[in-house]
Amino acid sequence: MISAGASIPPSPAVGVAPQPYVDPVRADALRQRGRRNGMLATASTVVVFAVLALILVSSPGWSAVRETFFNGADFRASAPDILRAFLLNIKIFLIAEPCILVLALIIALMRGLRGPVFLPLRIAAAVWTDVFRGIPTILLMFLFGFGIPALRISGLTNSVLVWGTVALICSYSAYVAEVYRAGIDSVHPSQQAAARSLGLSGAQTMRFVVLPQAVRRVVPPLINDFISLQKDTALIAVLGPIEALRAAQIYASFNFNYTSYVVAALLFIALTIPLARFTDRLLARDRQRQLAGGAG
Amino acid sequence: MSHRARSRAVVAAFGVALLALTACGVEEAPTTTVAPSGSSLDCSLANLPLRTAGTLTIGTDSPAYPPYFEDDDPTNGKGFESAVAYALAQNLGFTKEQVKWVVVPFNSSYAPGTKNFDFDINQISTLPERREAVDFSDGYYAVQQAVIAVNGTPGTAATGIADLKGLKLGAQVGTTSLKYITDTVQPSSSPSVYDDTNAAVQALQNGNIDGVVVDLPTAFYLTAAVMDDGKVVGAFPAGQGSEEFGLLFEKGSALVPCVNNALALLESQGTLAQITEQYLGGEAGVPTLS
Repeated sequence: MISAGASIPPSPAVGVAPQPYVDPVRADALRQRGRRNGMLATASTVVVFAVLALILVSSPGWSAVRETFFNGADFRASAPDILRAFLLNIKIFLIAEPCILVLALIIALMRGLRGPVFLPLRIAAAVWTDVFRGIPTILLMFLFGFGIPALRISGLTNSVLVWGTVALICSYSAYVAEVYRAGIDSVHPSQQAAARSLGLSGAQTMRFVVLPQAVRRVVPPLINDFISLQKDTALIAVLGPIEALRAAQIYASFNFNYTSYVVAALLFIALTIPLARFTDRLLARDRQRQLAGGAG
Repeated sequence: MSHRARSRAVVAAFGVALLALTACGVEEAPTTTVAPSGSSLDCSLANLPLRTAGTLTIGTDSPAYPPYFEDDDPTNGKGFESAVAYALAQNLGFTKEQVKWVVVPFNSSYAPGTKNFDFDINQISTLPERREAVDFSDGYYAVQQAVIAVNGTPGTAATGIADLKGLKLGAQVGTTSLKYITDTVQPSSSPSVYDDTNAAVQALQNGNIDGVVVDLPTAFYLTAAVMDDGKVVGAFPAGQGSEEFGLLFEKGSALVPCVNNALALLESQGTLAQITEQYLGGEAGVPTLS
């Protein structure tokens, strides 16, 4: 198989890198500098955040802001309802995300087809991305959630949950298709030429040579879109269902206190951080592999 | 703090200057201004702690819906709340030209910090929880909640609160209507919540929900002017701790006592009852849900 780092000449001893000689005096100096750097980093971090916290807490409006945004009693009172509503966000996300990944890949592949017969497919893919990326997602929500049931076509579901999720899938598949396309375009043409010269068909080249490299390269932007989608599941609230942000708004508008929004934000962050760290790990692994001369 | 004190002084200086000007000018002050009740409360125009001296700045949301406002224009004096606002302004000693309107979305009306209005009039219910964030005037309208449904659907058959339990109900976010659903009706399926009544009506007409809970004047407006086949199913009994609309002020606003005086005067003059009858009248004949 032709791997991502094939163009880099492999290093002579992959995996068993020889330990270079280090002068013990120099090593000691390096260790000391390392310790000093660590202390400096800690000190500067503490000072910077302490100053920021002081500015925040000593500002004239802080007590009012704390009362309206960070109120413990309101936090406890609003959390159960918001947490329950948050399950709906997760559900929508889990259903929408796989559909988006598949649909977007199909659109990206359609867009990349060569040959005059495929022009209609290329046009369809281009129109899909242009239209669904251009329309504000909230309008798509209204169009699908209120517009389609209003047509009164028999046999079609009336559920705003279904149509709201479909709106999200349409919108995000347009974005993700472009991410895929960027990944596919980033694979060097020599890879395809090499694959074809080995006797692989066009489809096989795409499946076994281009896509594996393309997808690996676009994992970070893909995760970016996942995270964005997690938050945009809140848009389904315009159609009636109570999700986390709406539950927060209900609490806020009854009690004239914004703390409930902070509760919702923390839930979204709690969902986002593991994904972000996961991306970091993937990226680090990929870098390691490339530095190792394409042995991965 | 010193900054605020200084701006107060500036406002006061403006007020004095304005007083001097009006004293020299033609006497055209309304005859029925709020008389200072007791020695401690001075509600003369020059003494009112206003956002902008000599101008009464009133906030409301946009769009401003009937029957509380007409043609989405609070400045025309038409619609219940616009009429109340101008009558109040007159009682406080303002001319129509001295009243300025600003757009205040409901969700930002209770944000901490200084407000850009003297008071906000936007069908805001004076709930006790809300008093921790803002101040309210006395109530100017005792509001009742009602259910609307599409003619011929199960919702219209309801005669009591118990009949509503099995229905899918909707309401606008931030309204006490939603609280009525969750606390009083306690339906078997969770309510649907919308950004505005228009979205709720759309969902009702699409058959996503069986009924919408709104305040009674809005129920009449929606069924008469917005929906083709809408019906006011019934009103909820006023019951415990009846709900009132009040004007919203910045927490600790010194304007509240004077506005309350003006409001009391409006009531004793019979003006408030007359405005209510003019814009929100014709509510008779609605069955009360038992």
